[in-house]
Amino acid sequence: MDLPEIFAYAFVQRAMLAGSLIAAVSALLGLFLVLRRFSLIGDGLAHTTFGSVAVVLLVGISPFYITLAALPLVMVSSLAIYKLTSSKKINADAAIGMVSSLGIAAGIILSSLSGGFNVDLFSYLFGNILTVNRTELVLSAIVFAVVVAVVVYYYDDLFAVTFDSELARSMGVHTERLNVILFLLTAVSAVLAMKVAGIMLVSALLILPALTALQLSVSFRKTMIAATAFAVGAVLCGILFAFVLNLPAGAMIVVFNIIFLLLVFGIRRLFTGRG
Amino acid sequence: MPVIRVEELTFCYNGTEVISEIGFAVERGVYLAVVGPNGSGKSTLVKNILGILKPQQGRVELFGRRLDDFTQWEKIGYLPQRLNGLNTHFPGTVAEIVQMGLTKKDPALLADTLDMMAIGHLARRLIGDLSNGEQQRAMLARALIRRPELLIFDEPTTALDPETRDIFYALTQELSRKEGTTVVLVTHDSGVVGQYARHLLYLDKKVIFSGTFRDFCASPDMAGFFGATSQHIICHQHDKTGSGR
Repeated sequence: MDLPEIFAYAFVQRAMLAGSLIAAVSALLGLFLVLRRFSLIGDGLAHTTFGSVAVVLLVGISPFYITLAALPLVMVSSLAIYKLTSSKKINADAAIGMVSSLGIAAGIILSSLSGGFNVDLFSYLFGNILTVNRTELVLSAIVFAVVVAVVVYYYDDLFAVTFDSELARSMGVHTERLNVILFLLTAVSAVLAMKVAGIMLVSALLILPALTALQLSVSFRKTMIAATAFAVGAVLCGILFAFVLNLPAGAMIVVFNIIFLLLVFGIRRLFTGRG
Repeated sequence: MPVIRVEELTFCYNGTEVISEIGFAVERGVYLAVVGPNGSGKSTLVKNILGILKPQQGRVELFGRRLDDFTQWEKIGYLPQRLNGLNTHFPGTVAEIVQMGLTKKDPALLADTLDMMAIGHLARRLIGDLSNGEQQRAMLARALIRRPELLIFDEPTTALDPETRDIFYALTQELSRKEGTTVVLVTHDSGVVGQYARHLLYLDKKVIFSGTFRDFCASPDMAGFFGATSQHIICHQHDKTGSGR
């Protein structure tokens, strides 16, 4: 099958468009999270997404609207993680681990109550971007527009708070409000990313493009653009190769993210001697 | 109207009082040194003044406005104490960091400020790739770029070489004298007190002394508190410089 033939399929077009939008959103948010040492939040939210999907399936909401239905629960979990990480008494990584375990435990119990693991729940564990529907595509476009608007509008504040949150506060930046916005958008991004890469690999979409872009050692603005480009590139290559080789798209997208990271890391080491 | 007014300020960390019922005022154009032993609450006081920490009791006013209602943050330039916590992976160039928070980016202003700190050649370098001294100079440039009316420095010269340290102190003194900029300097360097800072706030969880350096040197209470020899050493150090008093 040649390229024009592959791109002619409506579901491939939908997958590439939705996948690119979600990957771009995840990469943009991921850069802020990685630099603020919140990399593991993707894992934590992915696990709570598992619990949320189990709740939605137990209630009997149509799988067609499952992404939308899982959103409120994951957003609440995200705020819970934020509140716990803000606490001086619990370390951020421990707080994420706590909410994450709760999400998985709730998911297992609820799936057991609904008669054991079913096909739907497994499809969310491993994702399938090729089955993305129109509602999810529209939702991805809306979330992409919102995240880009937030990043552009709050660029200076986000830059300051990512560099040093105390310094940002001394400049009059509302760090609390900004953190809540960042955590809520990450929750939405994690729910959408579960369709692309699956719950097991959501955090890869948040972390890997940012890590790859950081290897370039360029300005903040250029790092953001590079992270987005790497993320979109990995989605397009991943879907294409998954289709040609008949392999799972989510896993292939993650593999391409890793390939990009290793390539950039290797090239940087070759030219600058720095690893 | 004082630039800073602090009343009955108490801050506790995990139930332990770090500063207790602190009160003082800083008028426009004053160059104030905040001194005291380690753990005396100097940095905590500064963070309470800037709203980074919320006090359990008391109130802070900046430029006549209660901290909760204060919005003119562009009037303040702050340099925090710790550069050790700087994320060396942060992909910000010196130019990006120095201009942080500026609503309107002005290349000429940036160039002037970087030249003032002798780091014009580092504008495009990433902050994490610089030496500690260069990072500190970049952070000083960031605090100064808005030409603020109030400068708050928390141990600003620890990573600087003696030459840059002298340039920094001379610059802040000039800003204070010529532009009427108010300077609050948290320092361990007793040589600075008196030579540059005419006013002194000595903290040890509470205010031990608040007033001019001249009053400090003449105070029998302070001679009693520190011992006449220590007081004499601080004041004599200043006398040798032949300025300030």
